[in-house]
Amino acid sequence: MAKMAGKEMVVEALKREGVEVIFGFPGGAIIDIYDALEKDGSIKHVLVRHEQGAAHAADGYARASGKVGVCLVTSGPGATNTVTGIATAYMDSIPIVVLTGQVPTGLIGNDAFQEVDIVGITRPCTKHNYLVKDVKDLPRILKEAFYIARSGRPGPVLIDLPKDVQNSTAEFDYPEEVDLRSYKPVLSPHQKQIKRAFKLIEQAKNPVIYAGGGVIISGAHKELRKLAETIWSPVTMTLMGLGGFPGTHELSLGMLGMHGTYCANMAMANSDLIIAVGARFDDRVTGKIDAFAPKAKIIHIDVDPTSIQKNVKVDVPIVGDCRKALKMLIAAIEEDGRPSEIWKEKHEPWLEQLKAWNERHPLSYKTEEGVIKPQYVIEKLYELTKGKAIITTEVGQNQMWAAQFYKFDEPRTLLSSGGLGTMGYGFPAAIGAQMAFPDKLVVDIAGDGSIQMNIQEMATAMEQRLPVKIVILNNQFLGMVRQWQELFYDRRYVATSFQVTPDFVKIAEAYGAKGFRATKPEEVESVLKEGLETPGLVIMEFAIAKEEGVFPMVPAGKATTEMLLV
Amino acid sequence: MKHTLSLLVENSPGALSRIAGLFSGRGFNIESLCVAPTLDPTMSRLTLVTRGDDFIIEQIIKQLNRLIDVYKVVDVSEGEFVEREMALIKVKAEAETRAEVLRMCDIFRCKVVDVSPKTYTIEVTGPESKLKAVIELLKPIGIKEISRTGTIAMQREKKSS
Repeated sequence: MAKMAGKEMVVEALKREGVEVIFGFPGGAIIDIYDALEKDGSIKHVLVRHEQGAAHAADGYARASGKVGVCLVTSGPGATNTVTGIATAYMDSIPIVVLTGQVPTGLIGNDAFQEVDIVGITRPCTKHNYLVKDVKDLPRILKEAFYIARSGRPGPVLIDLPKDVQNSTAEFDYPEEVDLRSYKPVLSPHQKQIKRAFKLIEQAKNPVIYAGGGVIISGAHKELRKLAETIWSPVTMTLMGLGGFPGTHELSLGMLGMHGTYCANMAMANSDLIIAVGARFDDRVTGKIDAFAPKAKIIHIDVDPTSIQKNVKVDVPIVGDCRKALKMLIAAIEEDGRPSEIWKEKHEPWLEQLKAWNERHPLSYKTEEGVIKPQYVIEKLYELTKGKAIITTEVGQNQMWAAQFYKFDEPRTLLSSGGLGTMGYGFPAAIGAQMAFPDKLVVDIAGDGSIQMNIQEMATAMEQRLPVKIVILNNQFLGMVRQWQELFYDRRYVATSFQVTPDFVKIAEAYGAKGFRATKPEEVESVLKEGLETPGLVIMEFAIAKEEGVFPMVPAGKATTEMLLV
Repeated sequence: MKHTLSLLVENSPGALSRIAGLFSGRGFNIESLCVAPTLDPTMSRLTLVTRGDDFIIEQIIKQLNRLIDVYKVVDVSEGEFVEREMALIKVKAEAETRAEVLRMCDIFRCKVVDVSPKTYTIEVTGPESKLKAVIELLKPIGIKEISRTGTIAMQREKKSS
């Protein structure tokens, strides 16, 4: 076996894990690995302008492709700048591996230059992390890191690499397999639980499938559709679950929760059986927990046992991989042999009721003469892209309008920070997604607040010649907070109104990109068309109605049936 | 409800900090915590006492199991179990109370492990309730210092085959 320096081990391990591209920013404590990367020459490195961008780009790459995203940064501030990105990935169960440089082992704990205890800092927001003290452990740790990141409920893993470890040598014995006695995720559900679930499905009159991000992570979208179509059950999705079931399908109720559709929230509230698949009953979904789905029995499929019985009582818990569980459930239904007409007939009155609810309060907005409505921009974007783009979003109103008015038919086409709600996520994530799919159309839907949080990555996109399209819905407000202030704080718009907003068209031009602006409704379509057709990086700015709100809205802490409507 | 959890964890740096961090980060309480290596030096036994209703205890156990370093979690207080704790108590022992302290030691089967002209240091072992009783009785005499190990526990074996 060949002797190798730690820095070469890192590069070799990345290659063996199939890593083609990494995102990073150099510094003194990681310079050796950069040197080794260059010498090897087979891994593409994307130089970002801020380490937060690197973490989000690795995350966007992972969400779009399903592979592990990797980022590489230096010690101290380089490492701390990735923390928001790591926490974002942690909350949404995204597999990324973050490699941080560290001061030499002899200096650790001495408050050395650019030293920070990043392993300590990231302990609560990583799935696992390592400080490598001996180069002999490095091959095993690298292998474990990728395995832990992508298996079970995926998540971020950080490896802290002291400079002397990067430069010491040892045998490179890269394990073929990982066998961790204390980490054995349960992937195959119990047949007994599947049988119990089937019994409940058989008895239910008003079932709803409630699908979350787990459907997308486990690649269970085909099985989910099969289940829904077999038992003819409506499907509602969380923000993270959008695309896990076709948004244009007649059984789709759209998104549920705080800004979900009237129909989806009414369906949950009146359902007698909720089939939760890879979702975690987040407070944005349940609203006031005591009033949540009072009539429903609950089947909960999740790979992470901690998600089950955390917020709501569950009747049939099924621990396992969503795809495996759905396959088994479908098999049980097929074994029963009931033709789909029988199921349809059983659920027909329920679906009629849902239809009536949807007709009473469909997703809508009021048009206003001469004013651009953000929902209209998203609708037009959907039309012009034929629903085929990979959409990333920032966080706030832009994110909710995108989730409501763009219909996602395919998994991994909406990349959005759901759990942590990280403003500034969308654009670097779009860079990551575009690196994974150079030929696909990638659009970041942004607000004028969020885009400024990582706007420096314009330079990254230009450098890599990435044709990302940015749609900025500019209301000169931090719109979502303003909306809360309007509704619950007597219109006291504290710290949410921007007195200065940059000229985004000029910003685009300053970076060498193209910028377009629409200030009237009749310009929306032409600006979108021109922007989407222009090669390279493009900003399309829309001066939208300043005080437009996102509706429906369930006020925080209220029951999901207490929706404020348009 | 008080629960005594017995954990087997990887004897790796950071394992204890992950466990402690989980409790503080998720708002659970640790009443006592005790940790030392097992016969297998790569594994440690960690005993911790916490409080919560069934819902919270279920979450605590699941969350602990989720940590990569945690191998096994058992709620020993679910069944029959033995628990022991040790305390060192430095108690005032001047002319008029020396005999009284020794009598107490005798009754509770404590050991005197250090003697000075004005103090006795006594070692007491037993379930938490016994320690409590000793401490309460010694308080009026004057406890100068106290150091407790925290509870360790083990499930009882079945008595019949």
